[in-house]
Amino acid sequence: MAPVTSLLQAEAIEVRAGRKSLIHEVSIALAPGEFVAVIGPNGAGKSTLLGALAGDRPVARGQVLLDGQPIGKWRRAALAHRRAVLPQHSSVAFDFTGRQIVQLGLLAHGALSDRQKADIVERTLAETEALAFADRSYTVLSGGERQRIQLARVLAQCDADPATRPFLLLDEPIAGLDLSHQHAALASARRRADRGLGVLAVLHDLTMAARYAHRVAIMEKGRVTALGPTEETLDPALLSRVFATPILRLQAGTTVAFVSPGETTPNRT
Amino acid sequence: MSALARPTGALALRRPIPLFVAAAALSVVASLCVGAFPVGLGQLLAALGLSSEPLDGTTAAVLYTIRAPRVLAAFAVGAALAASGAAMQSLFRNPLADPGLLGVSSGAALAAVSVIVLGEKVMHIVPPDLRPWCLPLAAFLGGLASTVLVYRIAARNGAALVGTLLLAGIAINALTSAGIGLLVFVADDQQLRTLIFWTMGGFGGVTWAAILPALLVLAVSAPTLLPAAHLLDALALGEREAGHVGVDVERLKRRLVAQVALAVGAGVAISGIVGFVGLIAPHIVRLLLGPSHRTLLPAAALFGGAFLVLADALARVLVAPAEMPIGVLTALVGGPFFLWLLVGRAAREGL
Repeated sequence: MAPVTSLLQAEAIEVRAGRKSLIHEVSIALAPGEFVAVIGPNGAGKSTLLGALAGDRPVARGQVLLDGQPIGKWRRAALAHRRAVLPQHSSVAFDFTGRQIVQLGLLAHGALSDRQKADIVERTLAETEALAFADRSYTVLSGGERQRIQLARVLAQCDADPATRPFLLLDEPIAGLDLSHQHAALASARRRADRGLGVLAVLHDLTMAARYAHRVAIMEKGRVTALGPTEETLDPALLSRVFATPILRLQAGTTVAFVSPGETTPNRT
Repeated sequence: MSALARPTGALALRRPIPLFVAAAALSVVASLCVGAFPVGLGQLLAALGLSSEPLDGTTAAVLYTIRAPRVLAAFAVGAALAASGAAMQSLFRNPLADPGLLGVSSGAALAAVSVIVLGEKVMHIVPPDLRPWCLPLAAFLGGLASTVLVYRIAARNGAALVGTLLLAGIAINALTSAGIGLLVFVADDQQLRTLIFWTMGGFGGVTWAAILPALLVLAVSAPTLLPAAHLLDALALGEREAGHVGVDVERLKRRLVAQVALAVGAGVAISGIVGFVGLIAPHIVRLLLGPSHRTLLPAAALFGGAFLVLADALARVLVAPAEMPIGVLTALVGGPFFLWLLVGRAAREGL
């Protein structure tokens, strides 16, 4: 059963690379059942924050806690039951098939039978519409196809032990995907949030963030400068300042979209 | 897992291991029969107690005391090198990695050459019964020492960077060859001949007593890679990703480095330096059966063992009654194959 205190939180953390501080004074808590989008310009520290929450990056100050325990104290195998991570870039060595890659998501779930594992793998491959190329070598797949295999891998990892309500950390999960698969990917993540998992996704598409996230965190220069409900946080004036380019919010009925027309250019005759 | 995993290799076999076992058994039988003193199949069966044919005394002596330890040693060394090569290729995520990368072979070579060249001066303090053990023991310890050194250089805060591991291995390899060069310079003609043959490898003059300790080390270090097969698969995702799915990557690295150092060190202690088996055996098997380590590890071990057993048989037969150094044969097969891999890879990546 999931502990009552189930929470993934960063408490005033600082992450350094050598002497350079990548993020500092960052606090954020991810609770079961919510989808948090992290947005911000390049180099703002979004991936660094995700890496710290995943337990990949040691923190120089502050702490990352999972269920109240410092994440560094967790055993790797136990951690694999409590959170899954989709990195931004993934390369695979050797000619593994997509299906074998997805199976690796279940590595720490030794209690499952081969049959149960096969079912989970099949389901998540179907969910990411990757069945058609699942038995081809990963190395020959296109960028978008690879991304869907990797997504299926982390979804399988989450689904293998749903009772622990694992956290799902996604770093630019929709980069390289076509529009329909962008929606499918975020809908998959959102469905899991609705089932009680906590999801944190680094996104660049504000419209997608508005559509799927419960809360939005804005990062600038290594700090979280805004964190709140999606509606309030995605304020066009704030966004225009953060991204240093005009951003408009369009609404038609309940549909919200953000567009960035670029600076008004005089050279159009 | 194996029920779900579909092989990607050229041979889409459901159960490939029995085939590899059969091939390895055939190579062992062939190698037991050929040589300066040919042994018929009937005599071999008699020696194994499977035939009522009376066993000739000379044949029995040749089989039991000369050929059996030799063939067993060749098989064990080949299997250990191949399994270690598969593990190293997984750790470095590179099909061109070789167990020698960690400095095991070069450290062993420096220690062995030191014993060959400088040993005479200190050998008188060693009891005569133990003298034959000095060279293999030194080789084994030298291999371990240089691996520990390479690992310590690459390790920072308990984490060893694989890229640094590789570069540290190259640096140690360069240093040891400098040391060997120095020893070659001071060696006399007889020592020179001994050390050059040692560095080309061979199973000539192998006896039960000489190989038993090394065989024991091989028996504990190489087969125990098998339970780590699924962890080696996960390394293909990348170290960070392997950690995400639950692998303690640093622990796995330490374990692999230790096992490879023990296995390769023991192998080198038996046979001197035998190149290319650790590179090509896992590679060929991966092409045939796909990359999943659950089949790759045992199949590569069987293939590597059979390969070295046959190479040793050839080494005995080609220039009989003399013997060709086995490293010459493995390099003759391995060199062109390695080039073919490189060229194929370059062509594919150039597309």
